[in-house]
Amino acid sequence: MEQFFTQLTNGLAVGGIYALIALGYTMVYGVLKLINFAHGDLFTIGAYLGLTLLTSLALTDHIGGLAGVLLLAVMAMGLVGIIGILLDRAAYKPLRTSPRLSAVVSALGASIVLSNTVMLVYGPSTRVYPQGLLPSQVFYIFGLPVPVMRFVILAASIVLMIGLYVFIQRTKIGTAIRAAAIDQDAARLMGINVDRVIMLVFFIGPALGGAAGVMVGLYYGQITFTMGWTYGLKAFTAAILGGIGNIPGAMVGGLLLGVIEALGATYISMAWKDAIAFFVLILILIVRPTGLLGERVAEKI
Amino acid sequence: MKLAAGRIKKPAYGAIILLWMIAPLFIGKYWTDVLNNVAIYALLGLSLNIILGYGGMFHMGHAAFYAVGAYTTAIINTAWGVPVLWLMPAAGLAAGLFALVVARPIIHLRGDYLLIVTIGMVEIVRIALINNVFGITGGANGIFGIDSPSVFGFQINGIVAPAHYFYLVTAFLAITIVLFYLLENSRFGRALKFLCSDEVAAEGSGINTAGYKLAAFVIGAVWAGMTGTLYASKMGFISPESFSFWESVVMFMIVILGGSGNIAGVLLGAALIIGLPEIFQGLQQYRLLIFGLALMIMMIFRPQGILPPKPRSYPIDKLEKNEVSL
Repeated sequence: MEQFFTQLTNGLAVGGIYALIALGYTMVYGVLKLINFAHGDLFTIGAYLGLTLLTSLALTDHIGGLAGVLLLAVMAMGLVGIIGILLDRAAYKPLRTSPRLSAVVSALGASIVLSNTVMLVYGPSTRVYPQGLLPSQVFYIFGLPVPVMRFVILAASIVLMIGLYVFIQRTKIGTAIRAAAIDQDAARLMGINVDRVIMLVFFIGPALGGAAGVMVGLYYGQITFTMGWTYGLKAFTAAILGGIGNIPGAMVGGLLLGVIEALGATYISMAWKDAIAFFVLILILIVRPTGLLGERVAEKI
Repeated sequence: MKLAAGRIKKPAYGAIILLWMIAPLFIGKYWTDVLNNVAIYALLGLSLNIILGYGGMFHMGHAAFYAVGAYTTAIINTAWGVPVLWLMPAAGLAAGLFALVVARPIIHLRGDYLLIVTIGMVEIVRIALINNVFGITGGANGIFGIDSPSVFGFQINGIVAPAHYFYLVTAFLAITIVLFYLLENSRFGRALKFLCSDEVAAEGSGINTAGYKLAAFVIGAVWAGMTGTLYASKMGFISPESFSFWESVVMFMIVILGGSGNIAGVLLGAALIIGLPEIFQGLQQYRLLIFGLALMIMMIFRPQGILPPKPRSYPIDKLEKNEVSL
């Protein structure tokens, strides 16, 4: 029972991270119908930028651990968001009118460029996040231990997701994003600046991915330049699982995948941990390609 | 202009073939080995070209079929000592069967989804190899002690005498080019290209699209499997490292950058992507960065690749003399 509970909370924490990355995939897919293969690498850049800011600014020494980390995360999010906009300008904007698969190949090229840039700048070895920034206590729910870290990670991702959901559903700009996702041409006729919407989507998605990168650094304590690929694929699986183009779907899919993976690794096989997400991906695409909550984008796969 | 290009083309191809054939006489062991690698990747590129170039299916898990072929060869050879070249059909068969089973349920997926599923497939295969699935793949260390190929009792050691191996792999490459050229111009090849350009119209014209796509997958996999035999027998050992997702990316880039759907384009792609990094050794660490940039730039300025296939033409005078058939 205790093991189950430990893995459940671990799965939820990791799932929250998957969900944050998945939101970036789903938002870009919703508006452009493009799988942004480079999204996983933006997440890696977030993790590395977070590390750089953490070690160079020493903010945590001045204003305390939690506040410092929060401020850093916000800075990393902003920077990754700007890189996201630049990525769109360089790799996707010239291909708006070309066949969709050209953009996919360009995305792949961009992914290779970004991950190798990270490698050339930071070196190929694993980098270690400073420890002890966040409280490391354990508290008990019904006598079962939960490290505070997991709780913080899950809470932070849920806060970000609720924030995004409210922003998309309740604000005028959010409505514009939803309109552009349904029909770009009609949205343009209604006076919505679709280019601006795309730019915003390429800011918000990567920013959330960057936040997830910082969280992975804090949670696992180490980062590598190739991790974006694995996390990206898993988060994409999460987006498909919930229904791509569907924002609540990405959240549900992420949390669900995190739990499936954590429990699968414990009760089936640790060695096959990384394969579980791919089995889920293949299964969901064969059985129910629209995902659990249904694809908001009405189109045949 | 067009006439002049046509007149140069044949002698140019002849010169390239001649240069390729006599190259090992003039260059050292190291560069002969580079040419061997170019030839192996050319074979892989050509086999992927059936799926990606003619069929238009974005398949990025080709290393999985390559791995199945190589491991089939290694396992049977080390267990029962069957000569490796005899195992080529077995490796092809194993890879083809694997493709048949795997591709059947995913064949109908739309382009970008197929891409992601095939990436998942190649990752699952790699993880399975590392986890020593069925206890026969040797885990992360792989399999050692694979025999080198022998032709009529003549041992061809790919490491000690790359020049001998060069002619073996060149022979297989030549057979492959001829067969694939015939395939490209056959009823099958035309149907595949048609369904690639317009699937609904192809289906409307009575082409069994799912069947043709599956057949393309199986043919490509069979060839990748047989190339796996060549690779395993050249190296003498194989490990899951050699069949990672990046191998699939390299094959994918060879086809896309060279010119998907065109045999000459794929050969050029293999020469550029495998050969150039060897020439510019100093830039080795920037290799992937440059290829990534090349992919992005090509998609913007020349999405069809360096040497795209020429559209088929049906000249009236030849049609009447039955020299070309519709």
